[in-house]
Amino acid sequence: MSEHIVFMLQLVITGIAVGGVYSLMALGFVLIFKASSVVNFGPGELVLFGAYVAWATILNMKLPLWIALPLTLVVAILLGLVIERGVLRPLIGHPIISVIMVTFGVASVIRGFLNMTWGSDTRPFPVLFSQQPIHLGPVPVSPVHLWSFVGVLILLTAFSLFFRFSLTGMAMRATADNQQVALSLGVSVKWIFALSWCIATVVSTLGGIILGSVRGGVDFSLADLGLKVFPVVILGGLDSVAGAIIGGVMIGVLENLSGGYLDPILGGGVKEVAPFVALVIILMIRPHGLCRKVEIERV
Amino acid sequence: MKCGGFRVSYRSDERIFDTRVPIIGLVILLGVLAVVPRFAGTYWLDVLNRIGIAVIGALGLNILVGYTGQISIGHAAFLAVGAYSTAIFEVNLGVPFYLAIPLGALVASGVGLIFGIPSLRLKGLYLAIATLAAHFITTYVIVHWESMTKGVIGFMVPPATVFGLPLDSDARVFYLIYALAVPATLFAKNLFRTKVGRAFIAIRDRDVAASVMGVSLLRYKLLAFVISSFYAGLAGGLMAHHSRILFPDAFTLLVAIDYLAMIIIGGMGSILGSIFGAVFMTLLPEVLKLTATSLTGVYPQGFGLIASARDIVFGLAVIFFLMYEPLGLARIWVRVRSFWQLWPYAY
Repeated sequence: MSEHIVFMLQLVITGIAVGGVYSLMALGFVLIFKASSVVNFGPGELVLFGAYVAWATILNMKLPLWIALPLTLVVAILLGLVIERGVLRPLIGHPIISVIMVTFGVASVIRGFLNMTWGSDTRPFPVLFSQQPIHLGPVPVSPVHLWSFVGVLILLTAFSLFFRFSLTGMAMRATADNQQVALSLGVSVKWIFALSWCIATVVSTLGGIILGSVRGGVDFSLADLGLKVFPVVILGGLDSVAGAIIGGVMIGVLENLSGGYLDPILGGGVKEVAPFVALVIILMIRPHGLCRKVEIERV
Repeated sequence: MKCGGFRVSYRSDERIFDTRVPIIGLVILLGVLAVVPRFAGTYWLDVLNRIGIAVIGALGLNILVGYTGQISIGHAAFLAVGAYSTAIFEVNLGVPFYLAIPLGALVASGVGLIFGIPSLRLKGLYLAIATLAAHFITTYVIVHWESMTKGVIGFMVPPATVFGLPLDSDARVFYLIYALAVPATLFAKNLFRTKVGRAFIAIRDRDVAASVMGVSLLRYKLLAFVISSFYAGLAGGLMAHHSRILFPDAFTLLVAIDYLAMIIIGGMGSILGSIFGAVFMTLLPEVLKLTATSLTGVYPQGFGLIASARDIVFGLAVIFFLMYEPLGLARIWVRVRSFWQLWPYAY
């Protein structure tokens, strides 16, 4: 196979792996939006929080993994509950700018709190996988990317099954579809709102752990990654779980390909901006995204 | 005896000042501003200058978000465009500063016009996300268009000169900033007594109803973006003269969020609120810094925590105001004022 194709395949495969993590973050975002139509503008901070707590319990306090991981998730659930009960419930029915700004506010508090407790130095994550690339056919792939993708795949499958078959999952879908009908069928919408935040924080935490091990450490640049979730959800459709998954992978591939091919021409950094260019184009052509019902409000 | 602020004629409704007290207060404030550079130290002058710039920027954002109801997370990008184009006009083209600042603001409003186009199709959340994307695209261009903006190395701006007098000290820049901030405030205040301003408010309150009444959404939404980004461009041009070196890092997304916080804490849809918000957000880190300095004896690590303390206090302030006082400091001000005006017969 020619070198060109190998280069491209390599970009695509790393893109898929990175995109998997975007899918995870987007899943958290979509869950919250679907259930309570709250737009979370701080998805990156949730990921950051999860990664730092995981670092603190696993590496700093040196707890055994079977205690540390559940502990991390419990902390994440508590954070979700605090945000939902404390901040967003009182703002139900307020204008959208208030909700957007309050999530910025929450993100800022989380960032400040993390910075105050653990400082802003890079926290190393252990290297779990060998650096030796695995060859998928002719294409070399680093094992970390491969395993993170497998991890994301397992998580996404688990969540899809949860929504499809479990009673709670069905209640969540019902609430997302129509709150009043769900209420009349005995679903506690309050509980679903809280639950959606808890699941979102758990998903973000897991995403944070995966990202931390892929990058070999966590620092505050992780939070900037969170804003990539917007191209993903706009592409996939704001309230579609399937869309979040597909969108994440597509954006991951797109940014890698554009970075690989356009960086030499435009002089670096294309990776960071390409998803947002795509976002504007999608908004102009198909604002409801790939997988969303067409009900966008036009003026 | 008055027992409420009742307006019985259009005249009284359109009046800027209900009573004489605020006029006297304003005159005193202007007088103080005129002499303050003689007495204030460099530190406080610097703070005052930043407040003046923030007032202009916050007014612009309030016109767009607070009065017209179009959510924009791209304000930092307008500031950046204004700052860089002012600098480019002056340094590369040799335009004098009194032309370069308005020209820079015009360039910013041109960019605002482009940013505003999505607002014709998109609303609320979608518009917010579109402006977020626009922010990243603009900052990307600024970082990477190195032949024009010098990228991350930083763009040096020489001090402006008035009749051979270089505006190179904080005291001299102070007059430049407030010579623009005061008219900008007056213009904004008066804007909402005109047809244009009322059209903006109508669009915010109910866009469909506004368009039924004959308000052209296309025209006025874009006009709101243009005016708002003109203000931001002015603020940016002044930033270029205040800091005299421009880095793309000065225009991150956090700056846009800061400006949004200013108008929320100060009061959305209020000119006075924009000023309060600008003062609050500029003073917040300074107060924290002073507190940390005074506590160094007791708690020596305090200084390292300022950045994170600022994040926390900022976030909590935004959350607090949204939950308990959504109309911001301006609303508190009105309440306090009317309490005294109407005392003891407040209804």
